[in-house]
Amino acid sequence: MASWTWFHRLGSPPYIYSLAARLTPWFAWPAAALILGGLYGGLVLAPPDYQQGDGFRIIYVHAPSAWMSLMVYMTMAISAGVGLIWRMKVAHAVAASCAPIGASFTFCALVTGSLWGQPMWGTFWEWDPRLTSELILLFLYLGYMGLRSAMEDVQRADRSSAVLAVVGIVNVPIIHYSVTWWKSLHQAPSVMKLARPAMPPSMLIPLLMMLLGFTLFFVAVLLVRLRGEVLSRERSASWIREAVSP
Amino acid sequence: MTPRQRRMTLVFGILAGVSAAGVLALSAFRQNVTFFFDPTEVAAGKVRSDEHFRLGGMVTQGSVQRSPGSLEVRFVVTDFKHDVPVSYTGVLPDLFREGTGVVAHGHMRGDGTFVADEVLAKHDEKYMPPQVARSLKRRHGESRNQTGDQVQSSTTSPAGS
Repeated sequence: MASWTWFHRLGSPPYIYSLAARLTPWFAWPAAALILGGLYGGLVLAPPDYQQGDGFRIIYVHAPSAWMSLMVYMTMAISAGVGLIWRMKVAHAVAASCAPIGASFTFCALVTGSLWGQPMWGTFWEWDPRLTSELILLFLYLGYMGLRSAMEDVQRADRSSAVLAVVGIVNVPIIHYSVTWWKSLHQAPSVMKLARPAMPPSMLIPLLMMLLGFTLFFVAVLLVRLRGEVLSRERSASWIREAVSP
Repeated sequence: MTPRQRRMTLVFGILAGVSAAGVLALSAFRQNVTFFFDPTEVAAGKVRSDEHFRLGGMVTQGSVQRSPGSLEVRFVVTDFKHDVPVSYTGVLPDLFREGTGVVAHGHMRGDGTFVADEVLAKHDEKYMPPQVARSLKRRHGESRNQTGDQVQSSTTSPAGS
């Protein structure tokens, strides 16, 4: 089928290696601009909150990190599933490159949430449904990375870690809906809901800029990591010598 | 079936199986695991009298009383159906206000007072600049006796159910 050639080309390591290099700046620069603009808008221009004062501004790092922790997991699990079904090495490489990025975002979300919780709620940590399910997400990422590094054979590591990634995706809706399904200390979503966002544009626009900026930042870092992953997997292939020789 | 279709069936089979297990486990949790109890559940006797548990609800407007010379605070937690008087000695979080959500950990005393050893403040998902909040309050203050809907709408989310 001719229409599938783009998909088969994506499966080719040399093609991906050069494509990732070409695409990286197209994500990295807009990400930098959006994050800087969003930070300025959020930390300087946005008005303080009527209840939390300036303390609410940590939302500009916390919410995008938490959002990305779920987004990266979806990306990882879907590429792991594609790798399992189509035996596509590049898809497994994408999943493997996602894990440390996702783990970092999850860690950021947990730490900023804890720093926010102490002054506002009065506690760093509670075994609350939202907080606990997000912690499980961190363990899923770490388990995925641990499982990969425990296996010498790349192909075996790919397949077994992919099963873990696919199974773990059930946690994603649990995290998102934990605040509506159970009674929780954590407040309900302000932006990611069907109704109108629960904040004025002066607060919302910087937050959306940060969300988009974090997403583009993730793609840029993913592309860089993917090149490294492909290089290490294909280190004995002949195209590598041509690709890296000056 | 080609091997690829077999693998696809396998992956989606695993996913369906794990989701089914997850849904079953969660629906079991939903009945048994709760982060806090609301005053109605306490009134219905869902908690044993000697048990430590978390009580969640709104602080009733005008109910906060501080004892002079000590850190003791008394207030009433409500879900607009039932009330529970609470006594707490200690430092309250910044966001503790009348009319906002709290989650208190402690136990029931014989006289029906909830003795808290920890009080956490809940906040809702709304963010707004102070000026907007002030003008909302002013407008709300004029129509307060007729509607009272701002209090109602801000209680639905902290109660979380």
